[in-house]
Amino acid sequence: MTTTPSPPTDRPLPAIELRNVSKRFRTPKGGVFTALRDFDLAIQPGEFCAVVGPTGCGKSTTLTLVSGLEHPSAGTVTVAGRPVSGITPGVAFMFQQDAVFPWKSVLDNVAAGPRFRGQSRTKANAGARDWLRRVGLAGFEDRYPHQLSGGMRKRVALAQSLINEPAVLLMDEPFSALDVQTRSIMSDELLDLWELTRPAVIFVTHDLEEAIALADKVVVLTAGPGTIKSVFPVDLPRPRRTQEIRFEPEFVAIYEKIWDALRSEVETAYARTTQAVAS
Amino acid sequence: MTGSAAPTLSGRAVIEPTAAAAPRARSARSQRLQRRVLMNLARLGIVVVLLLIWEWGVNSKNIDPFFWGQPSQVWATLKTWVTVGTPHGSLGAQILITLQEAVYGFVIGVVLGVICGVGLGSSRLMADLMSPFIKVANSIPRIILGSIFTVAFGFGVESKIVLAVVLVFFGVFFNAFQGTREVDRNLIANARILGASRLQVTRQVVLPSAFTWILASLHISFGFALIGALVGEILGANQGLGLLIRSSQNNFDMNGVLAGMVIVAIIALVAETLITLLEKRILRWRPPSGSADMTAV
Repeated sequence: MTTTPSPPTDRPLPAIELRNVSKRFRTPKGGVFTALRDFDLAIQPGEFCAVVGPTGCGKSTTLTLVSGLEHPSAGTVTVAGRPVSGITPGVAFMFQQDAVFPWKSVLDNVAAGPRFRGQSRTKANAGARDWLRRVGLAGFEDRYPHQLSGGMRKRVALAQSLINEPAVLLMDEPFSALDVQTRSIMSDELLDLWELTRPAVIFVTHDLEEAIALADKVVVLTAGPGTIKSVFPVDLPRPRRTQEIRFEPEFVAIYEKIWDALRSEVETAYARTTQAVAS
Repeated sequence: MTGSAAPTLSGRAVIEPTAAAAPRARSARSQRLQRRVLMNLARLGIVVVLLLIWEWGVNSKNIDPFFWGQPSQVWATLKTWVTVGTPHGSLGAQILITLQEAVYGFVIGVVLGVICGVGLGSSRLMADLMSPFIKVANSIPRIILGSIFTVAFGFGVESKIVLAVVLVFFGVFFNAFQGTREVDRNLIANARILGASRLQVTRQVVLPSAFTWILASLHISFGFALIGALVGEILGANQGLGLLIRSSQNNFDMNGVLAGMVIVAIIALVAETLITLLEKRILRWRPPSGSADMTAV
């Protein structure tokens, strides 16, 4: 804390910080596509942050930058005060599509993280059984992923991520492939599990209701290239039941406020896609 | 929690088959069994009818057995080979030699193919560098190489093994290469974030994923290995089934050629069964294909 401008000492070091970040990709045709531009975001330890924005605004890109799967074209990404280079230690990632290993049994899938990190098989399996019980999958240890429902596979993925006790949990529309009922059940389970270890979370979604029901703060991105349009704190009391909280007048008020900010961006993005089709 | 039913966090219960459903399941099973028996009987019937027509054609002078052989004579040749032995020694020794060449060629070819395929598949640079050479090598009619190998490696088993390796290698190589390229990027990303090293990603993600492709190629590959061994023997050998077929041909003994063919076919069928068993064992994580387990009643 000598050379970099340090944050005020009364505030803890942010768990995740993106400062002035831009990310450009080369398109197959040789052009350059800017996914993020001048992106600034800080998330405190234990904070649940939801990121919403129109399709293609670079929401998922923020996650790949924080995880270290991609590197920013400009600016810095720090996790727990350390600049990101390579895969960030202490980070877990839940993907939009199924990313559990189809050739591993449920138990081996959950034990994979500790095994990769050199834990003994007995110890890793014991930990995996523990987490499977926590996500309600005790008794399914020997099944293969294809024998499970979509919701159960998401639970496996959740256990697989949380068993590593991450300080940061990145979620990329993790429940978007589920039906509405399963989705709200999974949201509640996520909050219950999150309370256990309290990692800092970035939850990317296009569903504003889901974002408000889960998060401490909701970040609205502009239509691509993505920058932060505004940040809305959500101080609804916890523990929350996501299905019921939707009917609280406070919830509705926040929803209207954020939707006001989001709508113009969604319209811009939509106009662009229709223009692209028309031209 | 003591029962075997697994309660989930959301309270969903697992549906277990009830006692009432059991008799129906049994009758369905016996129906399936009955169908299989009938099916196999019908298949056997087709073979018998075809052989009878052939035999009758020879007896009624419609088919010349000098060119086309005769089932009863093929059977007689097989019997002599088994009981008395072949002109080159016991039949078992000939089969063993050919099998040895095919199996060695198969194993070496598969191992080389998988190593090169996965290696090249995981490195874009190497793939770009090598791709024209591989295309050229693949377009050569490789069976011709047998002539070179026979001269270079002699009449022993080595030249046949090398030919079998060359034939097996490319099929396995291309499938391993493609399989490595098709690995789900998300799975690799997930493994890396979970803490996997490069080697762990290759062993636990790339290889299992590519195995669906590799195993598909093994079915054809053993056939190629057998062809390599036989052609090698036909081109020049002092032992083996290929030599047996070749010397029968030289004596204008078509029944001998056909008898050799029957033995090769049996070997190929047994190998195919073994490979299918291996495939089922390795790929048991895969969902059963199609609607085999659910049919309308």
